[in-house]
Amino acid sequence: MATHADSLHLQAHGDHDHAHDHDHKPGFFARWFLSTNHKDIGTLYLIFAIFAGIIGGALSGFMRWELANPGMQVLPWFTKGNIDAAYHLWNVFITGHGLIMVFFMVMPAMIGGFGNWFVPIMIGAPDMAFPRMNNVSYWLTTSAFVLLLISMFVPGPAGFDGAGTGWTVYPPLSTSGHPGPAVDLAIFSLHLAGAGSILGAINFITTIFNMRAPGMTLHKMPLFVWSVLVTAFLLLLSLPVLAGAITMLLTDRNFGTTFFAPDGGGDPILYQHLFWFFGHPEVYIMILPAFGIVSQVLSTFSRKPVFGYLAMAYAMVAIGFVGFVVWAHHMFTVGLSVNTKMYFTAATMIIAVPTGIKIFSWIATMWGGKLSFETPMLWAIGFIFMFTVGGVTGVVLSNGGVDTYMHDTYYVVAHFHYVLSLGAVFGLFAGFYYWFGKMSGRNYNEFLGKLHFWIFFIGVNVLFFPMHFLGQDGMPRRIPDYPEAFHYWNHIASLGYAIMLVGMVVFFVNIIWSLLAGKKAAANPWGEGATTLEWTLSSPPPFHQFETLPDLRNMKGAH
Amino acid sequence: MTKGWPQGLKGIAVATAVLIAGTAGAQVADSAAVTAPVAQAATAHAAVQSDALAGYTRSKPTDGLGQPVPGGIALQEQFTPIGQEAKFMVEKVLNPIIAFISLFVLGLLLWVIVRYRSAAVETPSTTTHNFTIEVIWTLVPAIILLGIAFPSFRLLANQYSPPKADITVKVTGYQWYWGYEYPDYGGISFDSTPLSKEDAAKAGEPYLLDVDNRLVVPAGKTVKVLVTAADVLHSFALPSFWVKMDAVPGRINETWFKVDRPGVYYGQCSELCGTKHGFMPIAIEVLSEEDFKRWVRMKQAADGIEPTGPGIAVEKVALTPAQVAGAVREAITPSTAPQIVTEAPAAAPAAPAA
Repeated sequence: MATHADSLHLQAHGDHDHAHDHDHKPGFFARWFLSTNHKDIGTLYLIFAIFAGIIGGALSGFMRWELANPGMQVLPWFTKGNIDAAYHLWNVFITGHGLIMVFFMVMPAMIGGFGNWFVPIMIGAPDMAFPRMNNVSYWLTTSAFVLLLISMFVPGPAGFDGAGTGWTVYPPLSTSGHPGPAVDLAIFSLHLAGAGSILGAINFITTIFNMRAPGMTLHKMPLFVWSVLVTAFLLLLSLPVLAGAITMLLTDRNFGTTFFAPDGGGDPILYQHLFWFFGHPEVYIMILPAFGIVSQVLSTFSRKPVFGYLAMAYAMVAIGFVGFVVWAHHMFTVGLSVNTKMYFTAATMIIAVPTGIKIFSWIATMWGGKLSFETPMLWAIGFIFMFTVGGVTGVVLSNGGVDTYMHDTYYVVAHFHYVLSLGAVFGLFAGFYYWFGKMSGRNYNEFLGKLHFWIFFIGVNVLFFPMHFLGQDGMPRRIPDYPEAFHYWNHIASLGYAIMLVGMVVFFVNIIWSLLAGKKAAANPWGEGATTLEWTLSSPPPFHQFETLPDLRNMKGAH
Repeated sequence: MTKGWPQGLKGIAVATAVLIAGTAGAQVADSAAVTAPVAQAATAHAAVQSDALAGYTRSKPTDGLGQPVPGGIALQEQFTPIGQEAKFMVEKVLNPIIAFISLFVLGLLLWVIVRYRSAAVETPSTTTHNFTIEVIWTLVPAIILLGIAFPSFRLLANQYSPPKADITVKVTGYQWYWGYEYPDYGGISFDSTPLSKEDAAKAGEPYLLDVDNRLVVPAGKTVKVLVTAADVLHSFALPSFWVKMDAVPGRINETWFKVDRPGVYYGQCSELCGTKHGFMPIAIEVLSEEDFKRWVRMKQAADGIEPTGPGIAVEKVALTPAQVAGAVREAITPSTAPQIVTEAPAAAPAAPAA
């Protein structure tokens, strides 16, 4: 860890904060709807992300149910037996699942939730730099989600409702292929979510650069703060490109421009370049905060500072930087020239180096430590292995020549679910259990937490590992029905979903039980390994913390 | 490495030129076909060829080859040189490396979990740096990647260095079927739509993979494929040939394959294209050269196309000025004029004979 416990036990502010425990919290409406408090906004983001995750997860549940057997069994229920409508509904579901999980589950939870909650505390700041803008970010995100949900119920292509474009919203399917307003609503949704994220990114960058407590130098910041800082820069630089791309999409659709229409001199591939210039940094936006969380958790439960702190921080910077120059590896089959493919192959492979540094540094962090295996630690260790598996299949996919076969098959689906559904989501659960007591003031149930981990771990592996097989056997993505040959592994994958679902039930039981009947959480339940500033505060922390800034000038760095 | 067919914009320009040339050829054939006498001659010619035509029968697929294997976990069997090179690269280079890395990381994790569990450790170490080990775990992965990069680049270079094309086919993606066209053979063209579940079962052909009209190509020949789309994006994919090329409106992408083994090979549209994206499969039937010619003659006869194309049209007889004049007179005489029909035999030598 970047900071050492002993140097952080600051006598002064402990007492001081107590005085504020009962201080002027606003009334219910003002507190939760007009909130300018980073912790309350963080809580709102987490609740929102859980809610969105339930919807996005339910969509994937129906998808897995449909794919459990060949033929159309499940989706026609929603379409009064109309098979074509069911085929389109499939496309609406994959679109909804992707957009919701990316923009309304992982990002709000990682950045809006844990970022808001712990970045200010970890750097010893009383709040975010722009508390009202923070509030605006949150409500833009929720508005965006509402727009996306509405888009599922308004006309898309002729005769059917909803946007069935995939989360990538490629034209011409998203322009001439969807004349109805569903895609317009989805575009507005992305605009609002993007605006919210850009404001959030500005807020985090400003906060981290300007509001660190005395002595909290950049090179002493906890790695979670570093991860959010890099993420914020990625957001700030990539989202405007997405906004531009989807604005062009909007004018192509409604105002007769032809940016992406060949009959007017445009090019559909231009959109793909713009989208992936955003889209690739986006995948690091989702995973970097998980890197940060995992670093904190491993250090805490190994009772040992993070190994290679500077290398860890700058590996994230390097990943973020290189992440901007690899976008066309998502486009290996669009008809790129051989030199372009060679460049993007090489650039993509390079990302494996800083990623490898992180994996090995995490293991070295545990090496020589005194490990205990509370729930957050299980998720963090699970993260390392699952992320490694997702990472190495990424190396396979990085080869432009090999991607000819793999592109748009289930191999890709397996790959990005290993890094996201087993990477980012494991990171989220690690963070959730790690900080649950701190945020809620109640301890979660350790047994249920571990049960959740093991069931979920088995479930997602049964769910996603067979997708490698399906991809190698040639099954394309985004199809609602498949040739008989793909039945076996699809069936297994759907069983995996059911296992995972049981794990999620345990999770929700745990949350509800813990909030209602959990033991009061101590300020620092994790012992000497937990060295960051949030553990110096009560659980939950006072409504306003650090009104007198902690003085960290005597704090030792980890390097 | 950059040799071979020009790529990028230049490639599109060249491909377009090729296409226009092909279309122009097709137009010549068309104008000949609408001229009643020639068309009749062609039909008569086709009738003479009836023995040869009877030789074409629709090939049967082979279980497990050219299509997904039920419950399969491996890459499909490959039938092109590129496919074999790439499959070797995945199965003999990449998969062993990634399996080793994954197991290595798993092994390390299990080791630290067991060795450094709190019960086994008195006081945790405070080591946070070890320059040597950090250099090693930076350099070793970089060297491994370099080792992967060489075969990877070679594969790419080979993919982009096809032998001279023997035959060109043009593939157009539509919502939701494929259109195939043979510019070399007088512009034979047809649409390819999936078999219904019943028809597939009746024919013993795989549902969601087989189609009514397959793309038919000759064995042992380099087939150049020009891929485009008429409405939205599609992707022309044939896993057992290691072929996948997006079909993009306004662009003509180029790919190729060369398959020696006659048979039927399947793929599926691989770019989300709307409601029936999952229902526009690709079926390629590879025939021996002789069978392919029979198929071409059959198709040309059925479409009323004058027999044309490499190996189909035999040597052209040099025309005398009188014959040319006759042909021109024919061409400008309204086909409704009945007397032309009687004059037709005089002009018949103008038509290529088999």
